[in-house]
Amino acid sequence: MSILVNKDTKVIVQGFTGKEGTFHASQCIEYGTKIVGGVTPGKGGQEHLGQPVFNTVKEAVETTGATVSMIFVPPAFVADAVMEAADAGIELAVIITEGAPVKDMMYAKAYATKKGMNTIGPNCPGIITAQECKIGIMPGFIFKKGSIGLISKSGTLTYEASNQVVKEGLGISTAVGIGGDPIIGLSYKQLLPMFEADPDTEAIVMIGEIGGDLEIQAAEFIKEHISKPVVAFIAGQTAPKGKRMGHAGAIVSGSSGTAAEKMAALEAAGVKVVVSPAEIGLAVKEALDA
Amino acid sequence: MNIHEYQAKEIFRQYGVPVPNGQVAFSPDEAVEAARNLGGELWVVKAQIHAGGRGLGGGVKLARSLDEVRDLADEILGMTLVTHQTGPEGKVVHKVYIEEGADIAKEYYLGMLLDRAAEMPVMMASTEGGMEIEKVAEESPEKIVKVNIDPSVGFQGFHGRQLAFGLGLAKEEIGPFIKFAKALYDVYMDKDAEMIEINPLIKTGDGKFLALDAKMGFDDNALGRHPDILQMRDLNEEEPTEVEAKEHGLSYIKLDGNVGCMVNGAGLAMATMDIIKHEGGKPANFLDVGGGANPETVAKGFEIILKDPSVKAIFVNIFGGIVRCDRVANGILEATKITDVNVPVIVRLDGTNANEAAEILKKAGIKNIIAAQDLADGARKAVEAAK
Repeated sequence: MSILVNKDTKVIVQGFTGKEGTFHASQCIEYGTKIVGGVTPGKGGQEHLGQPVFNTVKEAVETTGATVSMIFVPPAFVADAVMEAADAGIELAVIITEGAPVKDMMYAKAYATKKGMNTIGPNCPGIITAQECKIGIMPGFIFKKGSIGLISKSGTLTYEASNQVVKEGLGISTAVGIGGDPIIGLSYKQLLPMFEADPDTEAIVMIGEIGGDLEIQAAEFIKEHISKPVVAFIAGQTAPKGKRMGHAGAIVSGSSGTAAEKMAALEAAGVKVVVSPAEIGLAVKEALDA
Repeated sequence: MNIHEYQAKEIFRQYGVPVPNGQVAFSPDEAVEAARNLGGELWVVKAQIHAGGRGLGGGVKLARSLDEVRDLADEILGMTLVTHQTGPEGKVVHKVYIEEGADIAKEYYLGMLLDRAAEMPVMMASTEGGMEIEKVAEESPEKIVKVNIDPSVGFQGFHGRQLAFGLGLAKEEIGPFIKFAKALYDVYMDKDAEMIEINPLIKTGDGKFLALDAKMGFDDNALGRHPDILQMRDLNEEEPTEVEAKEHGLSYIKLDGNVGCMVNGAGLAMATMDIIKHEGGKPANFLDVGGGANPETVAKGFEIILKDPSVKAIFVNIFGGIVRCDRVANGILEATKITDVNVPVIVRLDGTNANEAAEILKKAGIKNIIAAQDLADGARKAVEAAK
């Protein structure tokens, strides 16, 4: 078991034949992901990486039965691609593209929600169920199979955390990079109950950062609904106010969205919050042993 | 990206958001010329910098004659204005905005930004015009009226009425206020604004609403479709090193410590700053070299970090995923040839081919390159080296 994706998940790629799409789709195939086709308007009927190319997502879904789409189209076309996926009946769109305008995501997410499609990202590494299915750009080998669920706003910090977990002799069930943009798809609050319900997940690591209040929402949710141990790290404890720290959403506006307030809220909800990013793995081990 | 008040007001005019008449000036002569064109007997000379609190800092002054306009423009142009938003070093004023004096009966606050939790814009109004809205929110949140506006239906009358009645406006003021707010919503959506703030929004003696100040910021990701806005960019207002970094695909923010950081990925870069503090040091910067971390970006990263004379050591923290550590290690060696790195460099490479990378660095035998085992070890060594 795992959450959202597994070895049987059929995936198409939007922006399949582009440079990024090609490189990462082939890495996913190598990992074992069932990439069953892709979409590049105007290249329908061709074959790419041994899979069929379609002009529209609708056609791709009808022909392949895919339920997940991995999106690599350029930022200006992301909203269109997400809405096309939602319209075609895709169940989960994983949006890797960085730099999509906020307004576009506002419309795209509202439409996806209306159509019952989940989204992950944008500007994220994607989702991986260890040794089964990788939909994204993360280095697969870091994610050894195990019982720890991982939710993170940051890409490299996801790898860092997974690496630490593995070094403690544990492993990952599913890891989800949710992205650090102001508007994102699935967040802690939606993913936590999935991990809670997953029999193969024993503990959850959540990695947050400054900006917005998703971590605070998560804390409130954990208090009421999560019984499995949760370990958290919040990046940006030393970030200055009013400065955007790399991610579009990583900014302390006024006095809200600070690491301190998020850490306090999580701690109050019974989460083991680590101050040092080097102690994530150890904290997970201790939480499981406790 | 942020713009100046006079530029925001230009945009407001295009959308029918009422603003006083005004003209920008780059010299005292131009200021007098602007005042003469505007006519009247009362003018406001306003420093144009990208920071709030200009009035308190002495950057906004009233003039009652053309001579006074000249004197004030002369005084303000070239001054270093320090406000609560500029930091102690302040900002040099390169232009002034000459505006006709307004007859202020009452001051309000009106602002708009993205409500991240609601995933739609929120418009906020307050009777506490002229005050810092953050302060109002803290001290008397009941004085702020907020409405979320679902973009799929757009700005409706009821949005405007909720704000107007919330402000306690008189019956005859409601219509003009709603018209004002609707126009502001259009500006926000059309221009991909990230934030608009009108503080104060004034009601004049004859019952009209006017944006007396205007602050606008835009979604950087959307600037591609707004060449008119992009033209308004003022590089004088940006940190030169940050601009240079951005031109090379790096994301850099200067801080006030002495341990330089070079990291791949924004989250890990923030975490690296945090662990340096945790180990008893102070980070000198945030620097995300991106996923690539090739020799050129690493070399540029060193160059940018070393522009800050307080840097006593550099912590290179790279988690190699798709990018292999051995390549990064070679990049670091290459970079030390391009840029003269004269402080200890603590290198922590983990992930793909980390062992090969360690070998490469060891073989090179450069004495100021110190290898670290892991994140904590690297941070400790960097903090120690900077002492």
